Amino acid sequence: MTTQTVLQARGLSKRYGHVVAMADCDFDLRAGEILGVIGDNGAGKSTLIKALTGALVPDTGVIHLNGEPVSFRNPLEARRAGIETVYQELGVAPALEVSQNLFLGREQRRPGLRGSLFRQLDKPAMRRASAEHMADLGIRIQSIRQRVETLSGGQRQAVAVARVAAWATRLVVMDEPTAALGVRETHQVLDLILRVRDRGLPVVLISHDMPNVFQVADRIHIHRLGRRVALVNTGDVTMDDAVAVMTGARSPADVPQVQVSTPDEDASSPKGTDHGER
Amino acid sequence: MKFVPRGRVALATAAAAALMLTAAACSSSSTPGGSSSTNGGAAGDVTIGIVNLNLDNPFFSTLGKGTEDAAKALGWKVMTAAAKQPGDSATQVTAIENMITSKVKAIVLTPASATALNDAVKKARDAGILVITVNGTLDPIDTADATYATDNVQAGKLIGQWAKAAGPADASIALLDFDLSDGPAKGRHDGFLAGYGIAENASQVAGEALTKGTIDTGQSAMENLLSAHPGINLVYTINEPAAHGASTAIQAAGKSGVTIVSVDGACSGVQDVKDGIIGATAMQFPDRMGSKAVEAIATFLKDGTRPPSGVTDSGTELITDHAVSGLASQDSTWGLAHCWGQK
Amino acid sequence: MTPATARVAAADLDTGVGSSSWWRVALTGQVTGPLAALILAVVIFSTTTENFFSGANLALVVQQSVVVGTLAIGQTLVVLTAGIDLACAAIMVMGSVVIGRIAVSGNVWLALLAGVVVTVLLGAVNGSLVSLASLPPFIVTLGVLTALTAGARLFTDSASYPIKSTLLTALNHGPRVGGVTITYGAMAWIGLTVLMAYALTQTKWGTRIYTVGDNPHAAELVGINVKRVLFGVYVVAGLIYAIAAWQALGRTPTADPAGYPTANLDSITAVVIGGTSLFGGRGGVTGTLVGTLIVTVLQNGLTHAGIDSLYQQVATGVLVVLAVAVDRLTRTRQSR
Repeated sequence: MTTQTVLQARGLSKRYGHVVAMADCDFDLRAGEILGVIGDNGAGKSTLIKALTGALVPDTGVIHLNGEPVSFRNPLEARRAGIETVYQELGVAPALEVSQNLFLGREQRRPGLRGSLFRQLDKPAMRRASAEHMADLGIRIQSIRQRVETLSGGQRQAVAVARVAAWATRLVVMDEPTAALGVRETHQVLDLILRVRDRGLPVVLISHDMPNVFQVADRIHIHRLGRRVALVNTGDVTMDDAVAVMTGARSPADVPQVQVSTPDEDASSPKGTDHGER
Repeated sequence: MKFVPRGRVALATAAAAALMLTAAACSSSSTPGGSSSTNGGAAGDVTIGIVNLNLDNPFFSTLGKGTEDAAKALGWKVMTAAAKQPGDSATQVTAIENMITSKVKAIVLTPASATALNDAVKKARDAGILVITVNGTLDPIDTADATYATDNVQAGKLIGQWAKAAGPADASIALLDFDLSDGPAKGRHDGFLAGYGIAENASQVAGEALTKGTIDTGQSAMENLLSAHPGINLVYTINEPAAHGASTAIQAAGKSGVTIVSVDGACSGVQDVKDGIIGATAMQFPDRMGSKAVEAIATFLKDGTRPPSGVTDSGTELITDHAVSGLASQDSTWGLAHCWGQK
Repeated sequence: MTPATARVAAADLDTGVGSSSWWRVALTGQVTGPLAALILAVVIFSTTTENFFSGANLALVVQQSVVVGTLAIGQTLVVLTAGIDLACAAIMVMGSVVIGRIAVSGNVWLALLAGVVVTVLLGAVNGSLVSLASLPPFIVTLGVLTALTAGARLFTDSASYPIKSTLLTALNHGPRVGGVTITYGAMAWIGLTVLMAYALTQTKWGTRIYTVGDNPHAAELVGINVKRVLFGVYVVAGLIYAIAAWQALGRTPTADPAGYPTANLDSITAVVIGGTSLFGGRGGVTGTLVGTLIVTVLQNGLTHAGIDSLYQQVATGVLVVLAVAVDRLTRTRQSR
């Protein structure tokens, strides 16, 4: 297991008038991990995620991607840098085919004159690539040409996950991907998230559902009052402890935390110590 | 995942679109006309209301303009409003109510409906306003003080009689109508049949079709009728644009010897008579309706004499270059000198 | 490979991957229902009336469909983005009177060019108000419709211009095949349908239109410039209305500011009956072609059957409601 840090943020703040949405917030994501992000309603999880994915520009603070300082002015820039995001909903076009959804906004043209002169899309190639990709991720659907609206809720979210997994080069952010799903479908999506990680992409998983987070996350970022109050290894804390820290019932000092590098140090070689291999 | 039916908005939108297109959507702008200078004894500070209909149609714009010009010539102010199409009585009711509030002395109304305006007109008359309808009547006819209009039954009769005398002997007739719930349309239709001397369901009538009184709808209707009944040789049309479209359809089908008759007397229609496209048309005189209405108002304001109740015919004239004996007519040259609309 | 991946047999997915001709794609999907309705109507009228099923009458049906059918292609593009263009016929009429008036005294090519410029500009007005100003298409196009209805009349002083130029009426001519004239206008209509079917199903441009209409949020999330797509759709629609204007001048050789009073709603009717969803994102121009033919066949066929014209409108109205209901039902069933 590598200890390289993929995405790191230090001292992020964001104010809206008198409201402090994010206050001196840190963030660390390592290669090959699933990082759960938990926090009470209004703790500012989405502000943090928006700052990391370019949906908002923080007032202060620095973000490093693979050691390089980055500042995203919009989601497109974050996406170009290799960060892809899955949302709770709205992410797919229901009337379009599965393969069209995987290639949404990134369609490929045919080679040769048919592509250059007649601007024809290479549907067979996109379908083939989509089918292989879906198979790689173990997503079962009847046909790659099905319209997404004919799929179950879990399958639709799987399509959204498959899309970001296909295009992300650095990391994947999943914002409450299972919130609208039933129990069985939730487990399908969680399995899928594990497979995405196993293929080498680190995943940031924002979720309300503690059991889900504890089931798949390697480490957990606990967010409270606009900042990270604790970063823990999943195996080191109980769910009750995590919730207690999250709600302020217990002090973060009471739980075993992960050490991370300070802002002064080179972000690409953090000296964070790992509490052993899991 | 749950999908919010965004579509509901779109559906409601589409429904509203249909409603707005078929119903109101027009202005009732009030335009105080001209200066307040007086050039005529009875002028004083007289304002009259003119409630128009469908100013897109040159007939109605001629009628409206004729009324307005006659009133302004007497130094009166005018308030105008216009409904967009026949049936749009809501706009006219609003306009009449506004005019009552503005204390006009008289209203010249081109009714969009024979009955829907009755209450508003009654309110106006109760307020001492003289209400004269032009081109169409209200039902019952004495709802308004007076009416100046084309006798559409008479207009239909003229072309029916002409068609009987000058048209094909063994007639197979097509009737290109406008919505027959419209008074003038029904009048012309009935008049034509009466003038030709046949009943509604006579065997001579090969087919009927509705048009919107425009060239393209006349053409499509004629094409369909000709396709179904290739033997058609006499065509009654509600107005001259429909007749023009019918003629295009007939030529395209390669037919000859088909006689077309129509009603209106618009300059483009009279030109079609001159060009041999239309056999005969019954000319009406919209500007005369307006000026007669204004004359009646002037008399009323001067000495309180009310115009005769009921319809006063503003006149019709048969225009044809194939006169038949026993039927008074004028030729197309005379017609072009007396027609209305763009020449 | 995880065990889960191994579970998926490649054969599970093969069914969908095979290549198929794009025109076959364009024909399948939501076209089958309308096509069945069209065939049914043709069969009924052919068996119950004497003259309906003849080459001449069927050619007539096509000719009567050309103007509304071409307008409806532009309308389809707009409806696919979950919009509606109430101004389509008004823009066409404005284009035709501009052409007609300039052609009276000037060069007909110049007149034609001016017509194209006017319709494209009016499309751009719709497009910029809908995209840049984010106004609802219904309100924007209703406004443009209202202004243009008066505008066309002001421009012409309510006069209509007879069209004598052979260039301007060229689309109403064409080769005779078996005693029936196949007009260039009809060819242009069908050709444009094929072209647009290709563009919609086979190019990025088309996929983006469907995406924007289907789920504008998803389109934005994947980096599609939604405003640009919307603007482009209205401009292309304007260009298509110019073709419709040229066809209208051929079919009724008069540039008439009061012309085509029903073409507006007829085009929406054709789009809806053709299976394109008013909710956006599904449907296509092939269905619209069939929908246009259904409307014309009903008018023509019921005239042949000697049935009062008012029933034609009743029949069309019933079909519209039926089409929207079917669309609604399929969507409800599928999104469960």
